[in-house]
This record gives sequence, C-alpha cells and structure tokens, in this order.
Amino acid sequence: MGRSVGGPILEVEGISLSFGGVVALQAVSLDAREHEIRAIIGPNGAGKSSLLNVINGFYHPQKGSVSFKGRKRRRVDPHEVAQQGIARTFQNIALFRGMTALDNLMTGRTLKMKSNFLHQVVYWGAARREELEHRAKVEEIIDFLEIQHIRRTPVGQLPYGLQKRVELGRALAAEPDLLLLDEPMAGMNIEEKQDMCRFILDVNDQFGTTIVLIEHDMSVVMDLSDRVAVLDYGRKIADGTPEEVRHHRAVIDAYLGVAH
Amino acid sequence: MQEASTDTFPRLLLKQAGTRPDRPAIREKDLGIWQTWTWAQVAEEVRSLACGLAAQGFRRGDRLGIVGDNRPRLYWSMMAAQCLGGVPVPLYQDAVAGEMAFVLQDAEIEFAVAEDQEQVDKLLEVLPQWPRLRHIYFDDPRGLRHYLQTELMSLDNLQAIGRDFAGRNPEFLPQEIDKVQASDVAVILYTSGTTGHPKGVSQTHSAMIHTARVLVAFDGIAEGDDLLCYLPMAWVGDFLYSYAQVHVAGFCLNCPESPDTVMTDLREIGPTYFFAPPRIYENILTQVMIRIEDAGWTKRRMFHAFMGVAKRVGMKILEGRRAPALDRLLYRLGETLVYGPLKNVLGLSRIRVAYTGGEAIGPDLFDFYRSIGINLKQLYGMTETCVTVCMQPSGDVKLDTVGPPMPGVEVRIAGSGEVLVRSPGVMKEYYNRPDATREAVDAEGFFHTGDAGYFDADGHLKIIDRAKDVGRLADGTLFAPKYLENKLKFFPYIREAVCFGDRRDKVCAFVNIDMAAVGNWAEKRNLPYSGYADLAGKAEVRELVRECVEKVNRDLAQDATLGNSQIRRFLVLHKELDADDGELTRTRKVRRRFIGEKYESLVHALYSAEARCHVETQMRFEDGRTGTVSADLEVVDAKTFDVAAARKAA
Repeated sequence: MGRSVGGPILEVEGISLSFGGVVALQAVSLDAREHEIRAIIGPNGAGKSSLLNVINGFYHPQKGSVSFKGRKRRRVDPHEVAQQGIARTFQNIALFRGMTALDNLMTGRTLKMKSNFLHQVVYWGAARREELEHRAKVEEIIDFLEIQHIRRTPVGQLPYGLQKRVELGRALAAEPDLLLLDEPMAGMNIEEKQDMCRFILDVNDQFGTTIVLIEHDMSVVMDLSDRVAVLDYGRKIADGTPEEVRHHRAVIDAYLGVAH
Repeated sequence: MQEASTDTFPRLLLKQAGTRPDRPAIREKDLGIWQTWTWAQVAEEVRSLACGLAAQGFRRGDRLGIVGDNRPRLYWSMMAAQCLGGVPVPLYQDAVAGEMAFVLQDAEIEFAVAEDQEQVDKLLEVLPQWPRLRHIYFDDPRGLRHYLQTELMSLDNLQAIGRDFAGRNPEFLPQEIDKVQASDVAVILYTSGTTGHPKGVSQTHSAMIHTARVLVAFDGIAEGDDLLCYLPMAWVGDFLYSYAQVHVAGFCLNCPESPDTVMTDLREIGPTYFFAPPRIYENILTQVMIRIEDAGWTKRRMFHAFMGVAKRVGMKILEGRRAPALDRLLYRLGETLVYGPLKNVLGLSRIRVAYTGGEAIGPDLFDFYRSIGINLKQLYGMTETCVTVCMQPSGDVKLDTVGPPMPGVEVRIAGSGEVLVRSPGVMKEYYNRPDATREAVDAEGFFHTGDAGYFDADGHLKIIDRAKDVGRLADGTLFAPKYLENKLKFFPYIREAVCFGDRRDKVCAFVNIDMAAVGNWAEKRNLPYSGYADLAGKAEVRELVRECVEKVNRDLAQDATLGNSQIRRFLVLHKELDADDGELTRTRKVRRRFIGEKYESLVHALYSAEARCHVETQMRFEDGRTGTVSADLEVVDAKTFDVAAARKAA
C-alpha cells in the first residue's frame, strides 16, 4: 500500500457485549493503526457486525472501552461518534430510496452544515454559499466514484452494485478519518468486486483514511488488508498479517467447523 | 479562394483568437458544471502546449499520437502539434493494446498524449514492442501518482515547461507557425479497415480547410452554433465536423462529461448541428420506443395517434410542400403535445441540421426523424476524401439516396458500378503505403471508393453496397447484403444482422438481438432470462425475430430487382458481435467475411437442412482475457412471399 502506517487511531479493549443471555462479544481487544486497511473476518454469527456497532455507538458494551484518536470515550451516541470522524456503511444498504444519488451524498454532509434552518429555507447568503461548497465537495466524490451518469437517478432504481457505491460515497462525504465498511462486497459479481476493491484502495491511498472492513471473500481480504483479526463465537482467535492468519490452526478449524 | 493568411489550421486559430477572443470556443462538463474557454484562452493553452512539446524535442514533421475521449486538452494538443509543423495522429480510445501498437509503429510515433490512466496503461503495455515511444503526456492524473516511468509527464507540467520556454524565446512559436504550409499534412487518420490492417490516411491542411469552408457555406454555419463532440477523435467525422469546421466558422465545441452521460449532456447543450452514424439514431429511436411501451395508456395512445399524423404530413411540412389544412392543424397540435417534448427530452430541439452517414440508414428510421421536424439529411464520403462526396441540401432530401455531389466534387461511376471520386479533399496518400495509394487513387486522380452505386433520375447518388460485397445469387438475382441487413436492423429488437447468399441458392442470415429492447419485451411477458445467451436462445425470441424477418420479406417481394433475395432461413446468435473479437470494425461495421469464416459451422447449418447446430467460439472479455463460449442454436425457416409482377427496373 502506498501509505506508511502510523500509530493506533482506534483501540478497542476488553469489549464484552451480551443481549440478555446471548453473548455477542467476549473480551475482544483489537486496534487499528492510522492509514492502514484492517479486516475483521470470521464465520457467520461470530460477532463482527456487533463489534462494528460498538465502535459506531449503536451498541453499548457491558464491559470494556473504546478509544479513538487517543481519547477514551464515555458512553456516546452514534451522531457524536460521527462527529468525531467515524463513518460507516451498512450490510443491507441504508440509503434513502426515493432520493437521487446526489441528494443521498449531500445528506452525508449534514454534520458539516452550519447554517440554521431559517437561513436554509430562504436560501440566502451564508446558506447558499455553504450549499455550493458542499455541492462542490460532493461532485468531487461523484467524480472519484465514477457515478456521474446516475447523479439524478433515484437510488431505489439503481442496480445493487451501484447502490453500494453510492452508500460508500455517502460515507466519504463526511470526510471521515476512520471508515467502517460492513461487507462492502456482499452480493457482487467479480467485476463489481474488482471495482469496489479499487475504490477502497484509492480511498486509503488518496485520502489516507483508515479502513476497517468486514468481509467474507477471502481473496479480497488477503489482497486488500494490512492486518486481519479473526472472530469466532464472540472471541478473537487470531490477529496478524493475512499470511500469518491464513495458516493459523484455530482459524482453519473455525471455518471448517470443527466442534469446540 | 483562400486568403494566404488563413490557409493552415494554426493561422486559422490565431485569426479566431484575434477576431472573437471572448466568444466561447470550447466547453467541457467537469465536476457537474460546464467549464468554458474563450478563443483567447484556447490560443494561450495551445501556445504553452506547443512550446512545451518543442522544449521536449518535438520537431517539424513529427507525429503526435492522441488517445482518449473528447477532451479540450486533447484537441489543444492536436492544435499544438500542427503549430510546430507536426502531424496529430488520433487513436481510437477503445482500441486494445495490440491495435494501438500497430498504429504507433506504422506512423512511427515518438510522442503521445493520453487522456487518463486507462490509456497510459495501454501505451505502457505497448512500450516493449515500440520502445521509440519516449514521451507520454497525460491529462487526468488520477491513479497515476505512483507511476515511476520516465516517459510519463502530466500535461500540466508540460504546459509549465512550455510557458517557461515561451518566455525565453518569444519569437519561436510565431516563426514555427509561419513555416507551416497549406500543403503540409495536417492529420493522419487510420481507416477502420473492414479487411486487413488499418491504413493511415494523410490529409493536408488545404484539403481539410477547403472542405470545411464548403460545408460551412452549404449549411450556413456561424459563430452562434453549438456542437456536441462525442464521436471518436480518431474518426474523420469528428476531425472534419468538430475540429476543422470550428477553425473556419468560430462556433463552440462541447465535450461531454463521460461517454455514459452523452444523452444527458445532449439535452443540456441542445446543439444546433448534429452528426451521428445511423446506429446512434437507431439507438435513440429504440430507447424512445421502449419508454413509450412503459408509459401509461393515455401517453401511448397520444404518441401513436400523433405519430400517425406525422407520418402522413410531417415531411411535407418540413420541406414546405402543400398539405391539407386540417392535417396542418393536427401537426401543430402534435408539436405541442408530442413532437416538441420528445425532441426536448432527446436534446434535439435546437437542431437546424442533422446529418447521418458512414452507413446506409433504414428508410423508416429516416422518416421517423424527419416527420417530427428534425432536418435529418444524408451524406456520403470516406476518410480518404475528407468525407464530403455527396450531401443532401435542405429542401432536396430523399429517403434512399445520399444526395447530389458537393460543389467541387466530381463523381464518376465505373463500368463495374464502382463509385469514383475526384475532389480537393482526396487524400495525399496512405502513410508509408505507396502500393496501396497507387491502387486506390488512379492516374487521373480519381479515388476508387469500393462502393457500388448509380445516379437516379434526380441526379442523386444511390449507394447499394460495398462493390465487392454486392453479389448475385445462383439464379442471377442481385444480392446486396447491406441493404437486407439494414432492413432487419430497423426493428428495435434486432441489433445486428449478417446476410449470406453470394453464389448460393438462397439468402440466409445471422441475427443479434438487442438486449435492452428484447429484455424489456421479455419482462412484459413474464419471460425470465439470465443473460444475453439465455435470452437469445429462447423459442419465443426466435418467433419474435421470425416476425421481423417475414415483414422484411414482404417488403422485398414488392421490389422486382431484389424480390428473390428474401431471407429463407436464419438463426439467432448466442453472443453479440463485437469489435474486440474482430467481428466488427471500431466504427461498428460488420466484417462479413471474417464472420463467415469464424462461424463456418453455423453457415453450413443454415444452408443444409439441419434444424440445429452446436457452436463453440472464442471470445475476448473486456480485460483482455480470452474464453470459449458454446451454445446450441436452432435454425428457423422464414416464410417468403411471391414477388410482385416484374416491372422494368431502372
């Protein structure tokens, strides 16, 4: 990868999360270093999405802490997390289906909009200037993701692969320092996967964004990531470079389904 | 007569910058907005590019390769090369590395300008085969930050070097421009060659400029016109209609945001002058018909009713002929309700003249556009003649001709029926191919077009087909494959067709369905399909195509000369014919002989009594890998009709 990896930007320590009797995560610790691409893999139900939701602020763990940019954080809400510079995409796509691709990307700029409601209704002065600035930034992202031809198409009419791209665009619109991707390649054919890989690499390379991604496609994970963490039944069973992890006994057992 | 001061492209550029420095010269849609450059700004950009190239060692007579989509900086690079007495050589942007290698070697290109990473990658791939390519300049830096090759440099850098050079040598460029003669070669355009390797057609400044002046006078093109440049820069059409005409008339070129957004950009610009090969007009019509089928009942009824009116009187009104008052009223109503909004959506509202050429156009397609008030006209020509051989003047437009010869152009029909052309636009030569040049241009200066045709009673030229493709069936009936294929392609469901029949007892055809149109049709009938091959293999689709073939047969039965060339058997191909597989040329013309050889087993099945045939073909995927595709195809018999009583044909 083009960027040189820095110190840890995200530190997750001893996270334990349960929903009543169901234990989703057990004492999971991992970190993500600045400018790296970090993958989290594991069989279905291992707790990967739950971990992302904890980082995001959707779930609040019973035990453990999350530190971002060196500051341990108290119990926070998702919008506060977003303001701190973390953006994410969702496994099942959470776009506004009736809005155009352009408008969806503009919603990604919400947290950066400063003018008040009245100003925006009248569309005057500072509100107008701000709108133009945001639009210019969003156009750069449209250019980056090569989605000019669907700028004005309602997102609900787009094929699945393009919807995922628009969702990535919305996350990028917030100009995050850390980008959480939940199964960005799910349901895509080879060509779409290659495109998405290229975009992820470009984001990391051009904008320096740290990326944490959950993914099932092993070849993608091995090619893209700097380091990989493996979860199984809510515990972390391996952590290291793709090569180290691939040959780890516990990982092979987990995927082959050896009873334990 | 041409004034000495404006007989080369660089001098014309300076003249435009002097006469109308603040008028828009070129626009590009970038990051969602249309950016404009005035003539003065363009001249400045060209200056810095030219001086940069000179500083890097570009000399008089050197060739500059240009590859990419239509972008202002690529056009400016062409101008810059010409300022230094060099020759731009545009390449097709969708060419694979092997095809590019051929052109680079044939034209001995050492300097090249590439649009973006995709083109740069292809050039780098070719580098080992042609190490003399020492300079590659790129416009869009995206993705190229980590490329370490010494041959690479951004155009931004080149222009900075150029400005510096110009500052230290202010007299250099004006002197170089003065050295350029009208008889110098202005551009080398490679023909897309339906057979054999492409040949580089060398056209001079005088040939191109003279032709452009004739065109500008013919249609009254002036500085207020707008043109969308979306056709490949490697095609003579773009060089003549965009590049050459804009130098002469000073209007504005508009470059679309990307090839995918051409239709939206067309709507935003609303050009006044439009040129497109028949294929594009076909695609537009197919899109319209698909969307009408999806529209509500009221809109559909309205559309069909008013299209009926247009069919009756539209063309008469366009040509200023007499039509019944009631019909005129209905047409006026139709304009408000249907034709006007339709043209608006397509971006064709401001069209003063629209041309088509490069291939014959189906008469029904032609009728459609003219009947809704778009002044669509046909023209005929080729790269070797600066296109312009015959064009239809407004007011003298006929459906199945290409018009009378243009001013200054002599057209002669040889004994064999081949069309011969002599004009100031005839090429200087095929670059480095004296043998091919001698074959093509005879001692009297006539270029042998390779097309068969004749003049009709009104002095309009009628092109039948390529001279070597016009054949005869075993019983002597005229067999004109292109003519038949065009009739089939009028149907929106048929994207491509290839007809066989020379020296055989009957005519048979391959058909490619149009994925979008047939897919839509299938969805309306709840017919599931999983992809092109699956859809093409369905019995229902074969029936659909059979109806089309039988309609064509019914039409043919009306014509005494062609009546016996009705299509008796056909099959639907499992894969689309593609230029990447060598089946089509880069301008999407069918390579009949190649296809006949590649699919020999299928042709055999058509002419024997077999009902079914297995086929395995090689195809190339878009990333360059090859694979094999196999399918079982069914041969279908089509109904034929009795030929109308023979009348004496012309």
